Amino acid sequence: MKLRHKKILTAYLFLLVPLTFFAFIRFYPMISAFYISFTDWNIISPVKHFVGLSNYVNIFKDSVFRISLLNTLKYVLYGVPSVIILSLILALLLNNITKLQGFYRLIYVMPYITPLVATSWVWRWMYQKPPTGIINNFLNFFGLPVRNFLMSTTEALPSIVTTTVWIEVGYCVIIFLAGLQSIPKEYLEAAKVDGANRRQLLFKITLPLLNPVIVFLSVMETIMFLRIFTQVYNMSDQGSGGPLNSTKPLVLYIYQKAFKSFDMGMATAATVVLFLIILGITVVQLKVLNRKIQY
Amino acid sequence: MKRYLLVFLAVLLIVSVSVFAKVKIVYWQYYFETKVKAIDELIKEFQKLYPDIEVEHVTFPYETFNEKVAASVPAGTGPDVVNLYYGWIPKYVTSGYLQPLPKSEFSDEYFAKNFFSFVPKGVEFMGERYALPIAVRSLALFWNKDLFKEAGLDPEKPPRTLQELVEMAKKLTKYDKQGNIVQAGLATQPSGQGHHWIREVLTRQFGGAPYNDDYTKVTYQNVPAALKFYTDLITVHKVGYPGFMNDDITAFTSQAAAMNIDGSFRIASLKKAGINFGVAELPEYNGIKSNFASFWANGITKNATGEKLDAAIKFIKFLSSDKVMEIWLDRVGELPANPTVAQKYYNDPIYGPFLKGLEYAHATMFVDETAQRQVMMDAVDKVWLKGISPEQAFKESAQTEQAVLDKFWKSVGR
Repeated sequence: MKLRHKKILTAYLFLLVPLTFFAFIRFYPMISAFYISFTDWNIISPVKHFVGLSNYVNIFKDSVFRISLLNTLKYVLYGVPSVIILSLILALLLNNITKLQGFYRLIYVMPYITPLVATSWVWRWMYQKPPTGIINNFLNFFGLPVRNFLMSTTEALPSIVTTTVWIEVGYCVIIFLAGLQSIPKEYLEAAKVDGANRRQLLFKITLPLLNPVIVFLSVMETIMFLRIFTQVYNMSDQGSGGPLNSTKPLVLYIYQKAFKSFDMGMATAATVVLFLIILGITVVQLKVLNRKIQY
Repeated sequence: MKRYLLVFLAVLLIVSVSVFAKVKIVYWQYYFETKVKAIDELIKEFQKLYPDIEVEHVTFPYETFNEKVAASVPAGTGPDVVNLYYGWIPKYVTSGYLQPLPKSEFSDEYFAKNFFSFVPKGVEFMGERYALPIAVRSLALFWNKDLFKEAGLDPEKPPRTLQELVEMAKKLTKYDKQGNIVQAGLATQPSGQGHHWIREVLTRQFGGAPYNDDYTKVTYQNVPAALKFYTDLITVHKVGYPGFMNDDITAFTSQAAAMNIDGSFRIASLKKAGINFGVAELPEYNGIKSNFASFWANGITKNATGEKLDAAIKFIKFLSSDKVMEIWLDRVGELPANPTVAQKYYNDPIYGPFLKGLEYAHATMFVDETAQRQVMMDAVDKVWLKGISPEQAFKESAQTEQAVLDKFWKSVGR
């Protein structure tokens, strides 16, 4: 055996160890989830009756599931573009300053490193009606009409998205900044010498070179918004995803079906649907956003 | 030397025989500090009474309790005696987890003699009874004496009827210039105890019942006046709204709500918060009183057979004995499940109203507590957030809940 082959073999052998571990703690539960989604298991009963596709039929018949699915897509549609655009603007601004840059970075990243439950509750209180909620007190002070925020079927979801955007911006700004600072200064200087204006610099040089970062963050943020749970659980009354299911995302639906209603079959069926959605969207995003760009 | 050895062997034999003769049973409950401490103490007492029985006490966080139960059954491990919410009994029974209490030991007379009348109904499922409670919970009206005084009301005279409740709540409500409530006369929180109040109390007071006798049909939609009374508090009288100060408990504890309907389990925390509060029976309507009762109970699992079953029976009987109920009230603060034991506390200003309420209380049979609570919360939300009529909202909720009931009853072959 050649030395090269030996090296490769050793590498595979070493990789096999974590792979085995990964298979047991990751793939085995995943496959059993697929299996449970075809049964009527209620988490206490030792027997699992095979019921075929009926859980899948039932969840699509369930109006709450359809609302949760729609809500999840709303979280992504409202949330991802807001996070990406806002953090890109902030990163471009931060990239232009040298003084106090560390201080600004710290401020933006603070919400992200604070425990999610804590930030959710702080925002929940801020959204309260007078006399407790700071935002409404502010509106009240200027004689403006108070808003219902979390207590409205139309305003609750955007309110939660706003909080989440505020949290996620910190993380995205840092990644964007790293991306911006890896763009060689020579390119921009050369373009300036050739007479490019600021608009051209941004759209012809900076953004194309930032493409891998944009792809990475779009994929990560989409997955994050598809799996949104903690904010909704902590910001809606008793973690119900209300009022009237208007904020309930799929993951919360799954949680309630599994551990509150003990309907593991329907919960795992919904999990499989969510998994397929995440997989589909991620594949499409990687294909569309990651096109080769001609410079 | 040989003699010593013989004596030693003889002693060893006696000791080992007595150890092996001991029956060991396992008891599971969720972790709640005062309950855990009380059970530890009671197990010691029990073992003194029955030296041949050993009880092992195991606790879990509440959130993972059902998962632990689920994991233990197929493995053939787990408890012989389990503490469970009465609303879980149908699920535990249909899953083959609990065994019925033997009628020879737990006759109708036994239940009639030892428990409030809603208890045997609450632990019954398809003709068999499955568990015994130590203590029970009910609802009452809490009122803040300081805020009553401030509003010019007699701090010792809480409302006795629903009409008085509305009148007083109006006087106790304060608004800012823009008309926002800054002090609620009555906290209205369907996700708190509000959904029980509508379902078991108001529905009956307005001349109906929430379900038919065997809990297979939803019937509260026939009494939309119950929902209308509740939502009128929010939309017409404007004395409070769901989510004011986050929830009813926060509002009442921070003295921003003058009245609240809550359970007996709140007493300790209110005392600790130093609120000058009083407790009254729930207001009546046209002379009709009603209340909602609930409880945790101890059931015997399928694991316990033979000697273990005998020991388990002794243990749950002991836990539901008069003496234990008194210890429980003292240590945990929950009300005795036996009316004779409770009699002693009838004139207690704090416990009394809860105990009197138990006499005319109903314990709803839940097949899916979360889903059934949600439909009641949704009915209220539909009225005050969406402007749908109480009739329509109750009708829609009843339809949704009926589907939940149908699914369950179909699964058990009814």
